[in-house]
Amino acid sequence: MIPAAFEYVRAKSVREAVSLLQQHGGRAKLLAGGHSLLPLMKLRLSQPEMLIDLGPVDELRGIREDGNSVVIGAMTTHDEVATSPVVRDRVPLLAECAAQIGDVQVRNRGTLGGSLAHADPAADYPAAVLVLDAQMECEGPAGARTVPASQWFVDMLTTALRPDEILCRVRIPAQAKGVGWSYVKLPHPASGYSLLGVACLLTVDAGTVREARVAITGAGPKAVRLPTVEQALAGKPADQASFAEAARLASDGLEATDDLYASAEYKRHLAVVYTKRGLLRALERAAR
Amino acid sequence: MAVTQIFGARVRRREDPRLITGRATYTDDLVLPDLCYAVFVRSPHAHARIRRIDTTRAKAATGVIDVFTAVDLDGKVGTIPTAWLIPNADLKTPPHPPLAKEKVRHVGDAVAVVVACSRDEAYDAAALVEVEYDVLPAVVDMEQALRGDVLVHDGVPQNRAFLWTLAGGDYESAVKEPGVRTLRQRLINQRLIPTAMEPRAVVAQYNTGSGELVVWSTTQNPHILRLLLSATAGIPEHRIRVVAPEVGGGFGSKIAHYPEEAVVAHLAQRLGRPVKWTETRRENYQVTTHGRDHVTDLEVAFRDDGTVVGLRVRTLANLGAYLSTAAPGVPTYLYGLMLSGAYKIPHISCEVVGVFTNTTPVDAYRGAGRPEACYAVERAMDLVAQELGLDPVEVRRKNLIRKEEFPYTVATGLTYDSGDYERALDRALQMLNYAQFRADQAQARRQGRYLGVGFSTYVEVCGLGPSKVVGSTGFQGGLWESALVRMHPTGKVTVLTGTSPHGQGEETTFAQLVAQELGVPLEDVEVLHGDTDAVQWGWGTYGSRTTPVGGTAVYLAAQRVKEKAKRIVAHQLEVSPDDLVFEAGRFHVRGAPDRGMTIQEVALQAYLAWNLPEGMEPGLEAAANWDPSNFVFPFGTHACVVEVDPDTGQVKVLRYIAVDDCGRVINPLIVDGQVHGGVVQGIAQALWEGAVYDANGNLLTGSLSDYAFPKAGWFPTFQTDRTETPTPTNPMGVKGVGETGTIAATPAVVNAVMDALAPFGIRHLDMPLWPEKVWRAIQQAKGGGA
Repeated sequence: MIPAAFEYVRAKSVREAVSLLQQHGGRAKLLAGGHSLLPLMKLRLSQPEMLIDLGPVDELRGIREDGNSVVIGAMTTHDEVATSPVVRDRVPLLAECAAQIGDVQVRNRGTLGGSLAHADPAADYPAAVLVLDAQMECEGPAGARTVPASQWFVDMLTTALRPDEILCRVRIPAQAKGVGWSYVKLPHPASGYSLLGVACLLTVDAGTVREARVAITGAGPKAVRLPTVEQALAGKPADQASFAEAARLASDGLEATDDLYASAEYKRHLAVVYTKRGLLRALERAAR
Repeated sequence: MAVTQIFGARVRRREDPRLITGRATYTDDLVLPDLCYAVFVRSPHAHARIRRIDTTRAKAATGVIDVFTAVDLDGKVGTIPTAWLIPNADLKTPPHPPLAKEKVRHVGDAVAVVVACSRDEAYDAAALVEVEYDVLPAVVDMEQALRGDVLVHDGVPQNRAFLWTLAGGDYESAVKEPGVRTLRQRLINQRLIPTAMEPRAVVAQYNTGSGELVVWSTTQNPHILRLLLSATAGIPEHRIRVVAPEVGGGFGSKIAHYPEEAVVAHLAQRLGRPVKWTETRRENYQVTTHGRDHVTDLEVAFRDDGTVVGLRVRTLANLGAYLSTAAPGVPTYLYGLMLSGAYKIPHISCEVVGVFTNTTPVDAYRGAGRPEACYAVERAMDLVAQELGLDPVEVRRKNLIRKEEFPYTVATGLTYDSGDYERALDRALQMLNYAQFRADQAQARRQGRYLGVGFSTYVEVCGLGPSKVVGSTGFQGGLWESALVRMHPTGKVTVLTGTSPHGQGEETTFAQLVAQELGVPLEDVEVLHGDTDAVQWGWGTYGSRTTPVGGTAVYLAAQRVKEKAKRIVAHQLEVSPDDLVFEAGRFHVRGAPDRGMTIQEVALQAYLAWNLPEGMEPGLEAAANWDPSNFVFPFGTHACVVEVDPDTGQVKVLRYIAVDDCGRVINPLIVDGQVHGGVVQGIAQALWEGAVYDANGNLLTGSLSDYAFPKAGWFPTFQTDRTETPTPTNPMGVKGVGETGTIAATPAVVNAVMDALAPFGIRHLDMPLWPEKVWRAIQQAKGGGA
């Protein structure tokens, strides 16, 4: 519970942080909110020789509207995401998701970018950014590039972010008015992570599902969209019966891992239950 | 004397401002000149022979002062003793070396200790100690352990630490009586990790000039620690001072004398420098004692009308790898004696087998044996009700000891002091609106919602205890308590208590009772505890004994101060003591209210000693030692309402009602707080908490991100109320309340969940009632075969 010795540098800009990353290669780690990295270091499961603290980098903070998108700095805390009037108005799904992360202390320190870059398989954001089609804006020695959420999550704790890159901002297309949304989860009773979490966006037109987007986190090594469920819903009546039928497909081919508190089999069952519940909640908020 | 408002007032805890603003001084806060830091090297294996330990690299590391292994401590630090030697049980007490020598017996067993100039350096160097192990098969499961294929201790066949039996009545004959039926159920009372907010810590300083050793430790009982340290660290008792600074919770896990205390005390002497050791949370989970861990085969004998005539329990109690300080007494006397619960059960038969396994030692955890007994009895009542199709409340009512029957001696031999069990039950039913609940429940079921209610009409034994009685159980100590009340020349008061509160609030309650007795302002009373150089003697805080036993000693000492003051007043006013009236802190002559002296004026006179009665010693203080004649038996009814989500198996606690009777109440606010905290821990056992080991003895729930410790937001607002039935056991009529919540809550919750699941025909599920377990049971009941 005491980390190995490490050097600590406070970066003042993204450019400085990138150059420090380049300089120290794999021996350095970026420090955002520290809520995933520091516990690993305390257990000595991670022993970086240098921590580059992004805390002082102002350009990584804040939430702004940019045309039809909301742009959130990577160092923005979960609490800021959850309570921001802009996020609540334009991407309420993300606010609902952020509000269910961990506990107050975690939400006050943990950051959007830190969580997305760490890519814990049971984190909450991944499901939300997948259905929201968020864009990850990264900067590295070769300049800036954008990675869509659909290509971001590679495997457990692995993203498309290169070792010398920094995730700077997340650009999220605003939810169209009238689109229903929800994030529902069964929290892990100890860690508060998702044993299973489901994010939904639901567009309904004259009582019929025009588009449904559903993603699941917590079940397997990474969060995934559920295309079979989404396709099954398209054109169906927006009601309990068709939601139940489509949700049954949520477990089809779903990769799930055993956890002390939830076996893979139970997680697959939860996927069905929570997909249906998520859809129903989204429906309550959708313009019909 | 008229009761003023101080006794019984909702006074805010005077401890709290310093605790919640970070101004309290805990053991780890202590910094001394030349302080160095110890870190223990711990076994990653649950069971292994130590082939070789090489400390060369560690010794050469930066900042390292020295590294020690078992060999270095030979003949210098004694083995860690067990202090509860239960008789007639074939108790085995294999040695518990302070550092493992030939074998390690659980993950976390210490094999070496590194001392360095900083904690970080010590921690880094600990990783450099090279230990070669021959890994042995580990035994974790008790039934497997009893087969004896793997021995935790070579000298203990079948890993059987003891076989303890208790019989009251004649169970075997009773079950053969006409009209008597039986039912059986296996009950698992899972292992819990106490998780005090403050992990353990020790600081030891040896004065090479005076030869005095000072040990600051996170202990619930500093005098007992001093006594045991004199044996393990080899320093005479009168040269040891033990201080328990602020202690951040214990729940029983800080009663035991631990190897780290003995080793650190020895190292301070050996190195001539103060040494500090602070436990990490991971160590806290691996080496600080756990609680519960019973497997019980229960048989209940009953009649068709719901009368319970007998109970037979056969319990396996997991003791872990070593016998901790109080370990043998917890699953035996503190468990078996309470198997009658609040009921008249004439025939009780109990057999407990203590089992060694390659797991963390198990000892007292809030309730210590009594929650396990209460769980068995309260589940038994519900199982009988279910079997007979009767209301669980009516089955309880039929069997409860009635108020006119006290004092009542149960089949296990205990004599319950006082009680009015039905009154508490009726009050809880009224708060619940039981009839309405059953109607709501029926309606909810029609809608596919599963509500349930569970009851626990508990009683517990606490206020440990009469020394003669606990001595007969093999406890190697007395359990009386000491107090000294000292009034200073200005009339301010210092109270010294031998108890060692660590969160229970007696600095406030004891000040209240002294202020009441001496008629002084509350803020004029200071309560000191936890320092063997300041406090004469004490047995400590556990077993809900602090107020009924320690408080009574304080009360008696205050009486003696008042008596002495009265004699001084009588002498100075030239009247008979019998003619004096004491009111609101002032003595006056009966019928002449002008002629009198305040107690503060008397205090000054006592110290000036210019005019005292012939032969009276100057000063105004009195000591008292109180050894109770019996235990006390708080009781009550807890009721829990839950809803089970049939699709996920999740249990939600909707309502929690606690009606407790702890006799007279000194501070209702503190009693409420104790009940709330206890109930939280009791509910947590039912629904979430549980230590899990893999087959190799690795603790899978080894951190706070794995062990399902409860969070405040998971609970509804508790509805509490009280009845008040004073105990005749002590003059204030007070009973303990520190453990009632933990004892009562667990079966109330499980009973509620089983009530909710009754439509599925589910009779019993073992704790913790994790969603998947409940969901699978529902699937199975539906024929889904999950």
